[in-house]
Amino acid sequence: MIRALYARLRQGHRTIRYPEVLAPALPEHFRGRPLIDASRCVDGCRACADTCPIEAVHIDTVPRIDLGRCLFCTDCADACPQHAISHSSDYRLATRARGDLLVAPGEELKLARALDERLRSLFGRSLKLRQVSAGGCNACEADVNVLSTIGWDLGRFGIQMVASPRHADGILITGCVTENMRTALLDTYQAVAAPKIVIAVGACAIAGGPFVNHPQQHNGVPESIPVDLYIPGCPPHPLTILDGLLRLLDRLPREGR
Amino acid sequence: MADTSFTRMWNGEAIPLERAARMHLDKFLSSIVEGVARGWRLSSLFAQEACDGEGLELVALLAEDARAALHVGIGHVSGSAFPSITPLCPQAHLFEREIHEQSGLIPEGHPWLKPVRFAAPWIGNTGASASPRPSIGHAEFYSVEGDEIHEVAVGPVHAGVIEPGHFRFQCHGEKVFHLEIMLGYQHRGIEEAMRGGPHRATLRQMEAIAGDTSIAHTWAYCQNIEAMASIHVPPRALVVRGMALELERLANHTGDLGALAGDVGFLPTMSFCGRLRGDFLNMSAVLCGSRFGRNLLTPGGARFDCDARATADLQNRLEEAERDVRQAISLLWTTPSVQGRFENTGTVSRKDCVDLGMVGVAARSCGVEVDVRSTHPTGIYQFTTIPLATAHYGDVNSRAFVRWLEIERSLVFLRERLRTLPQGEIGAAPAPLAPNTLAASLVEGWRGEVCHVAITDASGRFARYKITDPSFHNWPGLAMALRGQEISDFPLCNKSFNLSYCGVDL
Repeated sequence: MIRALYARLRQGHRTIRYPEVLAPALPEHFRGRPLIDASRCVDGCRACADTCPIEAVHIDTVPRIDLGRCLFCTDCADACPQHAISHSSDYRLATRARGDLLVAPGEELKLARALDERLRSLFGRSLKLRQVSAGGCNACEADVNVLSTIGWDLGRFGIQMVASPRHADGILITGCVTENMRTALLDTYQAVAAPKIVIAVGACAIAGGPFVNHPQQHNGVPESIPVDLYIPGCPPHPLTILDGLLRLLDRLPREGR
Repeated sequence: MADTSFTRMWNGEAIPLERAARMHLDKFLSSIVEGVARGWRLSSLFAQEACDGEGLELVALLAEDARAALHVGIGHVSGSAFPSITPLCPQAHLFEREIHEQSGLIPEGHPWLKPVRFAAPWIGNTGASASPRPSIGHAEFYSVEGDEIHEVAVGPVHAGVIEPGHFRFQCHGEKVFHLEIMLGYQHRGIEEAMRGGPHRATLRQMEAIAGDTSIAHTWAYCQNIEAMASIHVPPRALVVRGMALELERLANHTGDLGALAGDVGFLPTMSFCGRLRGDFLNMSAVLCGSRFGRNLLTPGGARFDCDARATADLQNRLEEAERDVRQAISLLWTTPSVQGRFENTGTVSRKDCVDLGMVGVAARSCGVEVDVRSTHPTGIYQFTTIPLATAHYGDVNSRAFVRWLEIERSLVFLRERLRTLPQGEIGAAPAPLAPNTLAASLVEGWRGEVCHVAITDASGRFARYKITDPSFHNWPGLAMALRGQEISDFPLCNKSFNLSYCGVDL
């Protein structure tokens, strides 16, 4: 007993102070929102689009990166002979609409706006989520789980993962939605009482991730389930997930958004 | 060994396909049974379209741990069936079910030929076998009948934030007579997609076979590519790979010990380890920007160097984490209420462990000395040994304690590597794969042996790529651990194995 108390004392208080203070520093190689410097692009060059493993880069006149598909690898940046693509350390990536996930040169990302007033009054201070793992690799699940550890303490925002969809205000979906999980996902969604929200976490749930177009899966959340929040990444950093949730609930301090 | 008909090769070696021993099917199957009887393990067994284009053939990879040797053999199947070896060699049971599901071949005499992933066949002429298949969740289960017997069904959607799978318990009161585990919910078609590869997305898919084992699976893949393309990985990259693999082990072992503490209601260690796991993940991110080691490994070496700044940063973080993890985990061994719950819970006998061909932490906890890093070393492990850690009771406590021993040894390894990082390049140029070649790679992931076997066609593309996650060998071990246990001990037993669902589902 005394050992446990001593250990407790020694381990100290470890919950990060974000969002009251700025987010903790991310490592040098962290890959957040990609930056495209189209002024460096050479006419006719398609190196980035031709290298991307999952066709997340589209070129019409300039390259655009679909963050919903992006795996945040460095394949496009490494392939570009002009070094026109780089990754910033900006972890804020969540959006409300699928179309908002397109990164174009020089344009700001339309980060997620808060829920409307009615839903915010219902869920703003207490949001219970049922997570459904619908065919991924367990990395998104792992970094969703991290938010419940003492380092992040998701509970302080009134957000909690619950065991039953009957107890939930919404579902948080990870995975590309395999044929074998499709029914279970639809059933779980149906079991949540309305009004309910849906959060798609990770490249798989948004667009199929590395498994896009495999016949054994459905390229992410089906259209019959309307998504309220898209959190891109493969997997998204816990900060990216938390930032998205707090934006949705309008829980970020005004300054430093 | 001179008396085997299989071809001997080494971990991480590629051999011309014509050198791989081909034999009559009967000889092939009896060689597997004899090899396993001799103490070898069945690391992989799979079907593929015959290289000469006629029918199907079976390929087996056996691991002879005592001599660091692998043995490969190929047997041609004429017709649509072959005699099952499962009754003589239980290690083969899931492989044979998989072969049946993927190719339609029938292992005659298999005790129960159930689906593994509820997926459509894709090897060979699958037209004839396109008969209706059972949909997932609607299969027959082993059932027990009698007064007061009841059945408990759990999943695919579980209570926590975890992967989907279905568990069916046959219980008498609280006591579990039998547990059946049905997976396949996360089947993404990874092996099928490998045909004709490597493709642009292949490396990314290897990283996502099992997200918590990203480094081990990607390493096995890179090692196969390097063997088939005769690429020599520079020493500095070998060390970076080793550090990444041990960081992956540290993060997961620490997380598991925390979760085990949580499952017996011992909150201090649970809380501390939950955070410390993240500290180790963050060290992986120092190496490559990703907490899960994404984008670090690439055929030929590593994508990111561990420069002086990263080295110093890692040394500081490691020192701090080691102090905290030592204190957090030592509480487990000195708290009687924890020991009381860990000891004699979920015991797997050494015999069952060997019969089922279990690997990794679960096998070492039964006193079985299997650890690819020691028994089939490649890369940095050829130059520095990590002592093999075992325990002997096969219970939850043994599985917990082996994890702790491995944490200690990985910490020593990392400290040493950071101190003596060799100079030089971190990558070598890519090269085309040799045609008609077979390569096999084993890597000791944190759960156990990750096995990848690659076979190229005449144009140097993958004709077959077989992936075996350690969980494939170990799920039946969890089922055995539950026999005679209270059903309320399931979470504790399950966590003490902490197996991968997606690694099996592929």
